[in-house]
Amino acid sequence: MIAPDDEAGIAAAICAAVANREPLSVEGLGSKSGFLRPVQTARTLSTCNLTGIPLYAPQELVVSARAGTTLATLEATLAEAGQHLIAEPPDYAFLDAPAQTIGGIVATNLSGPRRIAWGAMRDHLLGMRAVTGRGEVIRSGGRVLKNVTGLDLCKLFAGSYGTLGVMTEVTLKVLPKPEATGTVLLWGLHPEEAVRAMSIALGSPYSVSGAAYLPQEAAMVMGYERPSTIVRVEDFADSVTYRLDRLATLLGRFGTVEILDTAASLSLWRAVRDAEPLPIQPDDAVWRVSVRPSCGTSVLRAGQSAGLFGYLDWGGGLVFLNGPPTGEAHAAVVDAARHANGAWWLLRAPESLRRARDAVPHEAAALAAIRQRVVAAFDPAGILNPGRMFAA
Amino acid sequence: MIALPLPKADVLIRRDAVHAGLRVLLPEGCVITDPTRLKPYETDGLSAYRQMPLAVVLPETTEQVAAVLRFCHENGVRVVPRGAGTSLSGGALPLADAVVIGMMRMNQVIEVNYRDRYAVVRAGVTNLGITGAVEAEGFFYAPDPSSQLACMIGGNIGMNSGGAHCLKYGVTANNVLGVRLVTIEGEILELGGTHLDTAGYDWLGIVIGSEGQLGIATEITVRILRAPEGTRAMLAAFEGNEVAGACVAAIIGSGIIPVALEFMDRPAIHACEAFAHAGYPLDAEAMLIIEVEGSVAEQDWLLGQIKEICAGFNPISLKVSQSAEESAAIWKGRKGAFGAIGRISPDYLCMDGVIPTSTLPMVLRRIGEMSVQYGLQVANIFHAGDGNLHPLIMFDANDPASMHKAEAFGAEILCLCVEVGGCLTGEHGVGVENAI
Repeated sequence: MIAPDDEAGIAAAICAAVANREPLSVEGLGSKSGFLRPVQTARTLSTCNLTGIPLYAPQELVVSARAGTTLATLEATLAEAGQHLIAEPPDYAFLDAPAQTIGGIVATNLSGPRRIAWGAMRDHLLGMRAVTGRGEVIRSGGRVLKNVTGLDLCKLFAGSYGTLGVMTEVTLKVLPKPEATGTVLLWGLHPEEAVRAMSIALGSPYSVSGAAYLPQEAAMVMGYERPSTIVRVEDFADSVTYRLDRLATLLGRFGTVEILDTAASLSLWRAVRDAEPLPIQPDDAVWRVSVRPSCGTSVLRAGQSAGLFGYLDWGGGLVFLNGPPTGEAHAAVVDAARHANGAWWLLRAPESLRRARDAVPHEAAALAAIRQRVVAAFDPAGILNPGRMFAA
Repeated sequence: MIALPLPKADVLIRRDAVHAGLRVLLPEGCVITDPTRLKPYETDGLSAYRQMPLAVVLPETTEQVAAVLRFCHENGVRVVPRGAGTSLSGGALPLADAVVIGMMRMNQVIEVNYRDRYAVVRAGVTNLGITGAVEAEGFFYAPDPSSQLACMIGGNIGMNSGGAHCLKYGVTANNVLGVRLVTIEGEILELGGTHLDTAGYDWLGIVIGSEGQLGIATEITVRILRAPEGTRAMLAAFEGNEVAGACVAAIIGSGIIPVALEFMDRPAIHACEAFAHAGYPLDAEAMLIIEVEGSVAEQDWLLGQIKEICAGFNPISLKVSQSAEESAAIWKGRKGAFGAIGRISPDYLCMDGVIPTSTLPMVLRRIGEMSVQYGLQVANIFHAGDGNLHPLIMFDANDPASMHKAEAFGAEILCLCVEVGGCLTGEHGVGVENAI
């Protein structure tokens, strides 16, 4: 493990790896090292010692953190000024390490329930510093909220799983934490009814910032007896009260409506964010599927038919599934996602499945050729996380 | 003047063959080669620059775009994509040896899906046309550049356009789910889709804002949002730029993020008021337009909070709009700002730098000093919430010295923006204006 404490050290490590033709596994604290395909290298390059928050300007809604800064440290700093990360990044219950780095969160572009209303991690990445697979230090974007100067490499790096370069510092837009959070809860709906209810809520003028559905098993993990459809509002307290009331009226036709207060809402949505409703066994595989909201139910049902458990977030547009890591289960998830024209990730699985199967969808041939050229431009020697996202 | 790339002599010689080749690919009337009919395409929103293209084509389908690009690629002919030609940075400025690919005939809305909250439109649909297609159901498309009546979504993709409301709703890249892109080789790529997160590399994210250099977007899937119950604007007038800037910081620091937060300085206020008769305060040095949304009660509460904050900065006046008409007039002044400046000056350069908002008073003071030094007037319009500054430098394009001074003035402003930690362009794009 190489864990330099500055950017120059990261660059030196990459240059040495290029010279020796010795590929590197790239990670922060390794919490997501089991995501996507396995990387087999002799050495690991970690950003965990690149810590610190060189810039935080609450009144300009901007923060810069070195890549190895833990999510908890960053969130605590923001909380002191009453702010938070907009995309509500998850702290999945099935991670391999107790802490995550902000670099890892950005590199995997993982967002929580608020993504549906306020955008993903990639939407709030204003700037970054990174070291490419050539050992070059690059800077893209900046510290201001709008910037269209040149190609937006931040978007390319967010979600690239460390395969183009090692991010050393990220600059993010942040927002004030809402004063209050409230939830409208509907009991006992079928998945299709639930998505319909969530669609009505998300199509209402009441600024819904979360909409999730827990089928029977997921609801039981959370201590509920029946399937639960939950819709969240976050804002100033009076607004939340008013909008919950309107949403309760709007959704009344789906059955009895219950309202959860701020404390109950915060803990419930944290669980939804962190995939806690999945009844995960130690060897289970976990899939994450992004589809148009009305297709979420078909993916959920396909997974259930293959013996998997799951639930819906993003109004139906995000499906979490878990269960035995069999080739059949994987094929069922992939087929359902493909049928819905959606995207999917094999987030966690035993190495045998991750090695044998794709971990993200294959692109069309023309796009795959472009991808290979782009990856080769950033990492010509194939040093950084080779094979992590695609086998070839 | 910025020097444009030299035309390729071998292409100019083959002019007739290129024209004939394009005519084979496209229906009757889709290839323009006659100088009189080429004339409207010689410039865009950066009208001080003019250049007649080799030809203009107006394809009607993605396949035709692909055929044209493949032909041009194989024959070494450069292309310049064009939407409505509203670019303020010369993004659609032709080259003498280039074929302009005008997308305005691909102006159909293909699909609207309220249940999943997206719309699929062709590149030539105007920005406001998308909202027009969905507003009967209470929905809208969020990014709202000032040119939204004319500018096309294809161009918005190219420039990653913003607008006055992106403080809350984000810019184009945050509101697009998918793009059908044609590469220069004539390959048709589907990037993204109708879902929120894409797996693999974020091609969509890199294409948006690439200024047509990676391909031409022909079909775009955008998110549509339900409109709020209502919106209301207020005007806050101040004695100086410093206090107005401090007030902006205080509002955001309080935890309130207004849906729009616009700043105008004295010259901008006067020009816009003469144009829109919106009741702007003519005795003020600086003015903020602050807009909130929600139910009437929510608006009242938010505006009450904001008024209280403003009161701490010695405002000359605070005026809350009392009607939809009054709010519309307030925005008419702001959105018509460029036209308003056009009424008082023969030409203007609109800059698009971004600065950390805390540096606003210093930056405006420096711009004021430069204005004296260059002997050119400037009006400043500023998306105060997100730091995007639009100094409008007034000059006379018929006077080469005046034009030269205006460009030098603009360049110095942009250097200043970068110096204080900002960037060259926030929403207009690099184009040709900022390329050198």
